[in-house]
Amino acid sequence: MSASKEKYTEAQYLEVDQYEPKTQSGRIANYVDTRVGGTNIVREFGRKVFPDHWTFMFGEVALYSFIITVLSGAFLTFWFDPSMSTTRYSGSYAPLQGLEMSMAYATALELSFDVRGGLFMRQLHHWGALLFVLAMSVHMLRVFFTGAFRKPRELNWVVGCSLLILGLGAGFTGYSLPDEVLSGNGLRIIDGMLKAVPVVGTYISFFLFGGEFPGNEVIPRLYSLHIFIIPALILILIAVHLFMVVVHKHTQYPGPGRTERNVVGYPVGPVYAAKAGGFFFIVLGILCFIAGTFQINALWNYGPYDPSPVQAGAQPDWYIGPFEGVLRLMPGYLGDFSLEWVIPTPWGGNSLALPVLIPMLPVAAIFLGMFVWPWIEAWITGDKKEHHLLDRPRNAPTRTAFGAAVVTNYLIMWGMGSNDLIATHFGLSLNDITYWSRVLFFLGPVIAYILTKRICLALQRKDREVALHGHEAGVIEVSPEGEFHERHKMPSEYELWTLVSYEAPEPSGPQPNAKGKVTLTEKIRARLNRIWFEDRVEPVSREEYLEALEHHGHDHETTGLEAAQSQESVTSGKPHGHDPHGH
Amino acid sequence: MAEHGNGDSSSAVVATGEGESGQYAIDNPGLPPHRPRLADVDEKAAKRSERQVSTLFLISIIGTVIFFVGYFAVGRMDAFEDYFEGMSALRVQNTLLGIGSALAMLGIGLGVVHWAKTLMPDHEVVEDRKPLRLEKDREEAEKIVNDVIDETQIKRRPLMRNTLIAAALLAPLPAVVMFRDLDRSEDFGVERMRHSLWSPGVRLVRDPTGTPIRAADVTVGSAMHVIPETLREIPGHGTRLSEKAKAVTLLMRLPMDDFQEPTPGRENWTHEGIIACSKVCTHVGCPVALYERHTHHLLCPCHQSTFDAADEFKVVFGPAGRPLPQLPISVDDEGFLIATSDFTEPVGPTYWERGHTDPEGDYPAS
Repeated sequence: MSASKEKYTEAQYLEVDQYEPKTQSGRIANYVDTRVGGTNIVREFGRKVFPDHWTFMFGEVALYSFIITVLSGAFLTFWFDPSMSTTRYSGSYAPLQGLEMSMAYATALELSFDVRGGLFMRQLHHWGALLFVLAMSVHMLRVFFTGAFRKPRELNWVVGCSLLILGLGAGFTGYSLPDEVLSGNGLRIIDGMLKAVPVVGTYISFFLFGGEFPGNEVIPRLYSLHIFIIPALILILIAVHLFMVVVHKHTQYPGPGRTERNVVGYPVGPVYAAKAGGFFFIVLGILCFIAGTFQINALWNYGPYDPSPVQAGAQPDWYIGPFEGVLRLMPGYLGDFSLEWVIPTPWGGNSLALPVLIPMLPVAAIFLGMFVWPWIEAWITGDKKEHHLLDRPRNAPTRTAFGAAVVTNYLIMWGMGSNDLIATHFGLSLNDITYWSRVLFFLGPVIAYILTKRICLALQRKDREVALHGHEAGVIEVSPEGEFHERHKMPSEYELWTLVSYEAPEPSGPQPNAKGKVTLTEKIRARLNRIWFEDRVEPVSREEYLEALEHHGHDHETTGLEAAQSQESVTSGKPHGHDPHGH
Repeated sequence: MAEHGNGDSSSAVVATGEGESGQYAIDNPGLPPHRPRLADVDEKAAKRSERQVSTLFLISIIGTVIFFVGYFAVGRMDAFEDYFEGMSALRVQNTLLGIGSALAMLGIGLGVVHWAKTLMPDHEVVEDRKPLRLEKDREEAEKIVNDVIDETQIKRRPLMRNTLIAAALLAPLPAVVMFRDLDRSEDFGVERMRHSLWSPGVRLVRDPTGTPIRAADVTVGSAMHVIPETLREIPGHGTRLSEKAKAVTLLMRLPMDDFQEPTPGRENWTHEGIIACSKVCTHVGCPVALYERHTHHLLCPCHQSTFDAADEFKVVFGPAGRPLPQLPISVDDEGFLIATSDFTEPVGPTYWERGHTDPEGDYPAS
């Protein structure tokens, strides 16, 4: 900053002492200001503009539910003892009295039955955590489908991806703490998955559990991860995330008056602050209502952890669903051939647990792909520009279709996490559901891609039609000659702007590099680029618009039929060289 | 930056980024004119909003009162003699706490938002984005960085630089190595995973009573899970659970005719149709808890691996890649069921060092 090189006059230094505040609040403000410089903060943030749209709310929900989860969790720590030393339960819950159990489970029961409001806080904490991950997921979908991750926000997208993974970690470590049968079996699955990892997996499991599963150590370790390490990382990343939001300023949807160079919205003081602050209480209120009326994780039903029992129909928390489901999808055998492979080695052989390892690949691919997507997309499209205006999802049909395909794949894995419940609730064969899901796992994303892309292109064509010929007014008129036609209502210029102001460049084709050579990577890029843009629908051009306008001016006979005909000539985005009405 | 609240939203938009004039069908028309709300023009409507907001705040106060009623009037579960009475009191209390705090929070939240939406100014404001970096600043910053690097002389003295890199690479290693003692067991290593508490002569007993089982007491079609008699002697809850996690066994009796021909070497592993196998799934280790008598299939409820008890627990469905290990059993002189050896292969999920197990039941050299 060049400001630091400025020279200040003696009078400027003395101004601080000469200022006499006139009101009580003025004196307080002046006290703070002369010590930490509040003036600049107020000047910077007091009227800072935030764009407003209902889809911008999910990130807020995530932030608020995290705060609520931290506060309710802090309450729980005062009673919960994460120890695996044993005790004989003597609390209020009669069915478990006299049973040997860990202190962790005993104090979780104490929190539920013998601390007033403890059950409420436990449920608030659990529902808050579920909402935290849900809100983050929906927020990320919003960011993805509107292209908000594009330059200059790629790094903030990476921070967001990290937050999602940390949120999953926070959720799972917390889920495991009460040390009852349900979460113990969850840990058992983690143990099994760790052991499947080649070379180091067995030892990672030993290190986590302090020896063989389940041992004496794992709950206190998960506890320090759950209440200290992971929340601290989340807090730091949230700070970075919000700092970057301030640096970049928020994105905005395209619309009249909005450009790449401005921000249109409400000032922080008072409107945005009031709405956002009030919204915190709304999120808290809704979570309180759910925590008070919907039971979650009734851990007194499960009993202390024991490696022998398990509940049929046990469900993990929702966000673990895809991990669980994809494990269920995977066949252990192809015909008579076991996928578990023993690599012959001089020392007797090493086992490769492919039925556990292969299912980790699609989930890992989705999460890793998420991290690098901004760079992949920019590489394919060749788009190196800054973007502050969001894409309407239909105006980025390939991205939207690709996202829909991944989401479909994810949802199939997620649904498979409940295949046993689907089978019992709908009276279906569990095996059939699994067989069909194996097919859908591959076919579903393809169908979703094609469908979504076609829907996007159709919506874009509809936008063109509205821009050129107006909305169907729903009024049928008869001309004196006896001809029927529907009246069309032209959109306002504000609506029109939203419909026509997007970009749909032509596929760029392979570009030679500095040495004039077209490399293999460039050929691949060009190919992907063609797939990306080939079906594009171009926005209404000025010539087309003026032509249509002239036509409407001279002659009011615009019929739905003609509009449909003209629409056909627009396919594949080829600017039509003939009259849009075929006259 | 536009003046806030002047309502003049029709100011022409000049710079549109890439959207230079003429690029699109029309030029950016600028913000639509502001439409006043009812409360902006009608003092009565504004008053009504004020009353609505205040009512919401009053509802919040009532909610807080409901919370206290739930907290103090309903009491604690242990104050109730009867279990059902206690549970229903807990349910009532939890509901009142939830409804009360929900009203308290929603009253404030909805009130403030309604206030903001109806009474606070709703003019949209336009603010310019600052460029993330100006070329002048970049040049200055680059010069600072280069000067700083020059002043350290790190480029001129590669010996210093290279030794620093080596030191910096090595220095974090102790922090990694220090985690070695996360595994606190005495017999560190993978060998322990090959052994369970079962050994020749160890009785199969019921869990948790510890009573031994006579072969005659196991009826055809029944299934139960059993543990080794020696498990109760293991000191320490955690160690006992770790041993149990390897030793827990399923015992079932099938009609003799249902069995497939046993693998050579396994002819004497069953006793009059009584057959035993590890209860720990070979997929990721869940207890294989469900037994279907008619099909003699065992099902793991976690990921639905299905094993056939009549065919040496071969996998018939699901993600498991290996049969459940079978426990060779017999009866002792008193007619109680005993194991005739340990499991002949490691139980539970596959791990890297598991290696191959040969059909003779001998472990590979390790």
